[in-house]
Amino acid sequence: MKLELRGITKTFGTFTANDHIDVVVEPGQIHCLLGENGAGKSTLMNVLYGLYEPTAGEILVDGKSVSFRGPGDAMAAGIGMVHQHFMLVPVFTVAENVALGAETTKAGGFLDLEATKARIREISERYGFNVDPDALVEDLPVGVQQRVEIIKALVREAKVLILDEPTAVLTPQETDELLDIMRQLKASGTSILFISHKLREVKAVSDTITVIRRGKVVGSADPSASTTELAALMVGRPVNLSLGKAPAQPGDTTFRIRGLTVLASNGQRVVDGLDLEIAEGEILAVAGVQGNGQTELTEAILGLHEHVSGSITLDGKELVGRSVKEVLRAGVGFVPEDRTEDGLVGSFSVAENLILDLYDQGPYARGLAMSPEKVARNAESRIQEFDIRTPSGATPAGALSGGNQQKVVMARELSRPLRLFVASQPTRGVDVGSIEFLHRRIVEERDKGVPVLIVSTELDEVVELADRIAVLYKGRVVGVVPQDTPRDVLGLMMAGVPAEEAATEQTTAEHTAAAATQSTDEGDAGEQPGSVQA
Amino acid sequence: MSTTLAPGTALPGTAISTLGWKIPVILGIVSVATLLFCGILGPDSSASFGISQSGDVFQIPELTLPGKATGIVLGLVMVAITVWSVMLRRQGRSIPAWATAVFVAAFVMAFLTAMVGGARLHEISLAGLLGGSVTLAVPLVFGSLSGVLCERVGVVNIAIEGQLLGGAFTAALVGSVTHSAMLGMLAAAVAGALVSMVLAVFSIKYLVNQVIVGVVLNVLVSGITGFFFTTLLQPDFEHLNTPPRLAEIDIPLLSAIPVIGPILFKQSIIGYAMYIAVFVVWVALFKTKWGLRVRAVGEHPQAADTLGINVNATRFWNVTLGGAIAGIGGSYFTLVAVDSFTKEISGGRGFIALAALIFGRWNPIGAFLAALLFGFADNLQSLVTIIGTPVPSQFMAMLPYLVTILAVAGLVGRSRGPAASGEPYVKE
Amino acid sequence: MNSQAVSKPESTDVLKKIFTGSALVSVLSVFLALVVGGLLIAATDKDVASTAGYFFARPTDFLSAFWSAATNSYVALFQGAVFAPGVSGPLGPFGPFMETLTIATPLITSGLGVALAFRAGLFNIGAQGQIIVSGTLAAYLGFAWHLPIVLHLLLVVVAGILGGAAWGGLVGYLKARTGAHEVILTIMFNYVALFALRWLLTTPAFLRPGESNPITPRLDDSALYPLIAGGQYRLHLGFIVAIGATVLVWWLLNRSTLGFEFRAIGANPKAALTAGVNVSRATILVMAIAGGLAGLSGVAQVAGTEKVLTDGVAASYGFDAITVALLGRSTPWGTFFAGLLFGAFRAGAVQMQIQTGTPIDIVLVVQSLIVLFIAAPPLVKAVFGMNRKKKAAASTVAGGAA
Repeated sequence: MKLELRGITKTFGTFTANDHIDVVVEPGQIHCLLGENGAGKSTLMNVLYGLYEPTAGEILVDGKSVSFRGPGDAMAAGIGMVHQHFMLVPVFTVAENVALGAETTKAGGFLDLEATKARIREISERYGFNVDPDALVEDLPVGVQQRVEIIKALVREAKVLILDEPTAVLTPQETDELLDIMRQLKASGTSILFISHKLREVKAVSDTITVIRRGKVVGSADPSASTTELAALMVGRPVNLSLGKAPAQPGDTTFRIRGLTVLASNGQRVVDGLDLEIAEGEILAVAGVQGNGQTELTEAILGLHEHVSGSITLDGKELVGRSVKEVLRAGVGFVPEDRTEDGLVGSFSVAENLILDLYDQGPYARGLAMSPEKVARNAESRIQEFDIRTPSGATPAGALSGGNQQKVVMARELSRPLRLFVASQPTRGVDVGSIEFLHRRIVEERDKGVPVLIVSTELDEVVELADRIAVLYKGRVVGVVPQDTPRDVLGLMMAGVPAEEAATEQTTAEHTAAAATQSTDEGDAGEQPGSVQA
Repeated sequence: MSTTLAPGTALPGTAISTLGWKIPVILGIVSVATLLFCGILGPDSSASFGISQSGDVFQIPELTLPGKATGIVLGLVMVAITVWSVMLRRQGRSIPAWATAVFVAAFVMAFLTAMVGGARLHEISLAGLLGGSVTLAVPLVFGSLSGVLCERVGVVNIAIEGQLLGGAFTAALVGSVTHSAMLGMLAAAVAGALVSMVLAVFSIKYLVNQVIVGVVLNVLVSGITGFFFTTLLQPDFEHLNTPPRLAEIDIPLLSAIPVIGPILFKQSIIGYAMYIAVFVVWVALFKTKWGLRVRAVGEHPQAADTLGINVNATRFWNVTLGGAIAGIGGSYFTLVAVDSFTKEISGGRGFIALAALIFGRWNPIGAFLAALLFGFADNLQSLVTIIGTPVPSQFMAMLPYLVTILAVAGLVGRSRGPAASGEPYVKE
Repeated sequence: MNSQAVSKPESTDVLKKIFTGSALVSVLSVFLALVVGGLLIAATDKDVASTAGYFFARPTDFLSAFWSAATNSYVALFQGAVFAPGVSGPLGPFGPFMETLTIATPLITSGLGVALAFRAGLFNIGAQGQIIVSGTLAAYLGFAWHLPIVLHLLLVVVAGILGGAAWGGLVGYLKARTGAHEVILTIMFNYVALFALRWLLTTPAFLRPGESNPITPRLDDSALYPLIAGGQYRLHLGFIVAIGATVLVWWLLNRSTLGFEFRAIGANPKAALTAGVNVSRATILVMAIAGGLAGLSGVAQVAGTEKVLTDGVAASYGFDAITVALLGRSTPWGTFFAGLLFGAFRAGAVQMQIQTGTPIDIVLVVQSLIVLFIAAPPLVKAVFGMNRKKKAAASTVAGGAA
């Protein structure tokens, strides 16, 4: 099936998310849409899937113009989609999720789940998915949930499969498996529209690449284009993500975690006997695939978790068992991974958000009484210092862009003397300009002699910021390694392979890969300039 | 719940666990109280429970239990279950459902024996007690089914009270004018559906908070029915407020079985409809394509939407259907229970229906059983007044509410309702 | 980014709001609800019905009967609520307004309780029960204890506040500890309070000596709120207390750290938790304060308006409080004026029923319609054709897409 998008424009109020986008997906092709967070990729996919109505433009299937009133129409036209956030009902079984919306029924509208299960087994076997149709979705690992999503599309006989940032939640190994599946699907004639901002994967699997920036197509490229070229095209200027930070000058070790165990509310051990320590003036970055206990680790430090055992000490004082307020007062600055959920009160003004965890302290409060003037004055200086783009301090924080919201959170947490700085996903969903700014501030904090703990699922960010890297897998520290550890080793560690083993395994793998390259003339050899047409 | 703790992960010494001590504590308090008040301090006289009624095909002699001894024995059973739950808890497990059921049954029996034994008349008819419970439970069951249908698609229905009241009023008015109880019942369904449609439109189209709409709708229906009662029904009572009654339909032979005969086979058409409705809603929700979609809309509307299911339409029609069912439940007040409409005739039973729905864990059969339990408590309240037990009737009246508080705070505090309940669905 | 930029929007905002936003919608909502109420009144009027019989012969008769049925009721309502011209009795022309203020008093304080809880994201459906508990405690101390003047009243007031606060705080505690939903809890607590009161009213301690009527002895004079508008009116000190409570709640919400916590847990409890707010403590506190405010209504009833305790002590004030808070958009002063409006409806409805025979229930209808309309501005705007412009714009967008 050939899929064509012609001049798709989508506006939200005055904001143009997609601006005359043209994309052609040829039959049996893996076509990649490359773009930064917020470039408009997801909006485009939602238009294509009938979730949004385009403001202008048309969609053509095999040369015929179609209009989708909803996802039902898109599916009927042979388009399937795997959303970035899985669209699975957690309390349903795999079979129920797959059946939903495309049910096979017996007489009288009764469900015939057996028929669906048979289909699932058939597809699962064909592609080696290894999915149990009777399992509850909430009990499945994310990688398997993703396969359920793919099965959902295949059961509906999708001819074009849209994969929206499918690797964000996967380990490097799971990612490789997914790329294999994509190749298999392609071989069986399915076209794939692959949305990503991860250059390595894009280069590995695409047949052709369309780059989107700020809602516009800025060029198309061949997978053989070099990484730097693609990055420049994606970001809109030559990218030099390197901070060029000075080497750390570690002081005393003031922050220690010993045997930390955290239970989730369902009794699962999400952090499992974890040990870590950080010295003053040092950044320890925690790498790992999402969902391996990072969130719970940081939340346990802040005192947000009930079921915690083990010890966390800062300056010799025990933090476990203390309230969030006490932990904050002990000098912990905390940037949560999801700013809109945990970091900000969207309906509060920027000024109020800038004192969200300082509201009951001088100078903002005396006893029960708060001082609006002091709050406003603080806002003015923070807004200037962090270059927060807001009409005023009285503007609701929810009205700001993601990058500026993150600056509000960061400004608040860095506005007082700290003894420890913890930041989760400090630049998730933030534009490149703000990323550089935020990274600088984090390094500045380190250079003031504060121990810094960074948690990020973006390996680039981890490598960028870290002085040392701790890799988390299933709630345990697989190993703590230096900043210059090869990415492939980190990747293996993220899949649970211990550091030394990962290092040796990697060298053998490199040998084989080298041999393969010689014999087939593939690999990085194709990285020649000039294949990009902007 | 405890089974999620994988084997082999048993925790050392200072174990941390997510399993609370709530349930053992509650069991402990209840069993000690039972042992004390129904057993040791229980009545010396014995209590008799009549089982057969005069018209039954075969007669079973009445059951006589010694007051104090029964209380002690049953209290000890309850204590044993509590001890067992503590032991299981130590191992990080919780007690199985059947043990809870035995516990509740022992409590009810001990309580009844103590009540009857301590009364002026030491005798009570079990058939009457249970039959009366079902009678009182009918509107509750319909109301809670309405709640189930609404909450399963993600709409909180606080307006059950208004739907019942609207149904009761309309049934009386239409029944009187048309001289047909059946038409009255159908009109009640329409009235309930109309109340529900307002809930649906305001919460789905205008995104008004569902609890607010529900609360306000109850006031609105109370005002409208009160207004028309005073201006229309009262002045012309004969023509507008004397609905014909729905007769009891007696299924020969079966209805003569002791105790369960009258409950199952000697009911008005609404009574039979109740059993059918519970079963049909259960089957439809869990066995059909429709039910799968409905549940998906209540759990994860966005997922349903991406699969081509119209979330808001599903919500609208489910809420409307729920209202119709509650409306029929309301007609029970004026077509079966009594023979005319009075102001506030539903008397807060919509809220007990809401409680039954939660106690029954959003499941039609669970809600049905919970409604029966509340009907039982309601019935007991009037019976204890008649036989003259030492416990004031006001405390019996309080019971359903106290049980609900216990339920939401303790026993089912952790149970999950539909995930998207109360959340309006707006496409981004 | 100077201080002007921070404070400026507030002043211009007020004007803007009045002309375009919520205030206009509120006024229109009240108007629309009154119109619907008028239609109901007219539709059930006898003259209207009889003139409808010959509508096609003389439609003007029908229309004038229709008009006068509705307007007569509302004129009576107004005269009963605000100003009765030419009334010469002991109450004088301002009698109705005093009555309005008297009835508004418990509406305002319990409305504030509901509004405060709303701001913290909690549905306090429990004002009814909180009024009952506070009224019971206050009344008991008022008639059973005999203390010097001032001290007695003070004790009654404090006991009432504490009673309401305990009943509300208990809900907060259960919610914080077990996660039980406060809507269910408060509804159930209302009934528990009611049945407990009914039981108390069968015990000798609460009854008049030798009587079995469920009514307590009159409270001591020393336990009563002084009358503030002269002996001929029922208006008592409780109204001044209600004004004080409004000021206090305003300060609490907008100027205090506690209010900051309440608003934070209402707007985003997870962020509040992360910012170190003790959400459990704040939940319990806000429910206790809300209960205490409703408790003031209980005190106003037993120590001001009724002077005795019956099981009707809360009337329907607890439920009306919800509509009051909603009409007032959960702001303290909004709630105050909404309380006055609904107080006027209540006071006037009595007069209306006497004069025109229109049942008091119409007030419930109008009241609930007002809240429904206010909650759905698009509906009101559609009725008054105010969003035509937007619709036109929207249709061109749709046209462009097609």
